Amino acid sequence: MDLHATPEDETFRREVADWLQTVLPALPPQPAADDWSGRRAFDLAWQRQLFEAGLGGVSWPKEFGGLDASPTQHLVFLEELERVRAPGVGVLFVALLHAGPTLIAEGTEAQRARHVPAILRGEEVWCQGFSEPDAGSDLASLRTRAVRDGDSYVISGQKVWTSNAQVADYCELLVCTDPAAPRHRGLSWLIMPMDAPGVTVRPLRTMTGSEEFSELFLDEVRVPASNRVGGEGDGWRVAMVTFGFERGTGFVRELLESQELMHDLRATAQAAGLLADAGVRRSFGRLVGTYDALWALTQRNVSSAARSGVPGLGGSIFKLAYSQFRDDLGELSMLVQPPSRRTMADPQLLGHCHAISTAIAAGTSQVQRNIIGERLLGLPKER
Amino acid sequence: MDLQLDDIEAELQAGVRQLCEQRVSLPALLDLATHRQLDRSLWDALGAMGVFSLRLEAAAGGVGLGTTEAVVVYEELGRSLAPGPLVATHLAAGLVTGTVVGSVERTDGPAIVEHLTASDALVVTDPDGLWLVEPTSVSAQPVDAPMDPLTPTHIVDRLPQGEQLGGPAESARWILGGRLLTAALLLGVSARATDAARDYALAREQFGRPIGTFQAVKHLVVDMLVRTELARSAIYAAAATLDEAGTDAGRLAIASAKLAAGTAAVANGKACIQVHGGVGFTWEAEPHLYLKRAWALDAAFGSAHEQADELALR
Repeated sequence: MDLHATPEDETFRREVADWLQTVLPALPPQPAADDWSGRRAFDLAWQRQLFEAGLGGVSWPKEFGGLDASPTQHLVFLEELERVRAPGVGVLFVALLHAGPTLIAEGTEAQRARHVPAILRGEEVWCQGFSEPDAGSDLASLRTRAVRDGDSYVISGQKVWTSNAQVADYCELLVCTDPAAPRHRGLSWLIMPMDAPGVTVRPLRTMTGSEEFSELFLDEVRVPASNRVGGEGDGWRVAMVTFGFERGTGFVRELLESQELMHDLRATAQAAGLLADAGVRRSFGRLVGTYDALWALTQRNVSSAARSGVPGLGGSIFKLAYSQFRDDLGELSMLVQPPSRRTMADPQLLGHCHAISTAIAAGTSQVQRNIIGERLLGLPKER
Repeated sequence: MDLQLDDIEAELQAGVRQLCEQRVSLPALLDLATHRQLDRSLWDALGAMGVFSLRLEAAAGGVGLGTTEAVVVYEELGRSLAPGPLVATHLAAGLVTGTVVGSVERTDGPAIVEHLTASDALVVTDPDGLWLVEPTSVSAQPVDAPMDPLTPTHIVDRLPQGEQLGGPAESARWILGGRLLTAALLLGVSARATDAARDYALAREQFGRPIGTFQAVKHLVVDMLVRTELARSAIYAAAATLDEAGTDAGRLAIASAKLAAGTAAVANGKACIQVHGGVGFTWEAEPHLYLKRAWALDAAFGSAHEQADELALR
């Protein structure tokens, strides 16, 4: 084991850092959190800039316009972005981390040609239509029906927890094409244009007060059968491919971001004389140590992906531990802050509230524990 | 950057694990512990394998490997629960003559000295330096019921000054090296407790099925694995930092590693007892040995609490 950077990785780091220095000063200010059309335009423009610099799809294969960088270089890329607080993927999360990689892995030539370059150039926003009101952790029980009618599917049902639906062009939609089939065998993965007749988007207000999630109502929406990714009934497997990308380097920037939060926490605690309090001091020291361990775990996961070519279950271990760390960090921050900062306008409190979703989104901590228990430890399934 | 085991590390891991599985029997060790004796033949086998001289340069008769290899080996020793002053004997290679070398930190009050009668030499650390003490010259009271049954201890009111082996820098380096190797032992204890809990959760049936089927039990075991893997990550990173940038550069990484490892081993020792239920509370069952070893190792070379303090003030 070693922590040495290879000369190639160092060169790549310098190139990314140099490029960021030339473009960041000219970047327009980030739009307000509730300015959805502004955010869409900003995130697409940033992706366009990355694309033009050859950095649109760092880990994507070369033949699809990517850089084909190693997992280690992808980590370097994310580190450099965070070092200068460059914009993240924003509303392009699903397009860049789910849809693009899934289409590259599973899509037809026509589907790839239609969407992959457009996603890379910053021309398409995607959202995810997986969860339903009655199908959350038990995703395979979803009931949105797609009935074959000639060359089309006619889709009716309801989706929920759909991030950025109000600004999306396409939806990666998981539907039931065969209700008679055994669980996991009757599902299909479809590309649904969000402007298709019968699609209604109703924003959901979250506990932070924001409206980044929506409900999606589908009333006899017609989607060409050629928009199906993978075979009919093969949707569960394709969705697992999608999740595989999600649990790869998904939380690296959030982890790096928490370094700044710890810095603020320490400064606030010191100003209030609270570092002299053994309880506060040790709780803070434990956060510092856990951060180091989480960063090292990220490096181990990346090393493992670099060797095997696929992100392993280390992502589930990371997500479990990171959710707890982030919550502990938020609680200690609240403890040392002056009372005047106990308002939802305070970015740290808002961030702490938002982080509660970390233990729910992309598989709850309980589902992660089942995955680890069954697949890594070999413990039996409950049913 | 590659924080996975390389071929040499993987080979060492397999070799030490095999030796320990063949040679370390807990009932036999408990029997020896009752008579306050060390298994010298096991000790010699470990020595012959190069465990203690692993980082000593080949020219000086050592194996000439680095810290990353050492933590892999020490994880396996920790997993085996092999008793003895494993860490001090390793740190003493090339510095002190003696097959079994113990170590203790000089404090103001009475000290607990581990493996005193088994040791050929004792190294005392204090802020002024490293000191070599003849074990038979120490006036000590044996402890009838040591915290870890496999780690015999003595209470010493006042440690002799001893012969100076090194100054403050050598003393600090001894403590940092000892801290990381102790973290690796703790990692082994964490991993073994996790494996034992997993095995028991698969074998033990209640309500007509293995208890590991129930999420309440399954999630306990998963949390043990998560703590183990966090500790492993921090230890690997600290070891690589030490090899590449030196002991002083690794100081904070070592603190994070000891913090994660001490926390994991103590929590996993208790969780392992919990998964075993009533059986886990008995003397014959192994889980209490994991917890008690974890307590003993957490206290050695700076506890998790002390590491948290150090990290907060960095």
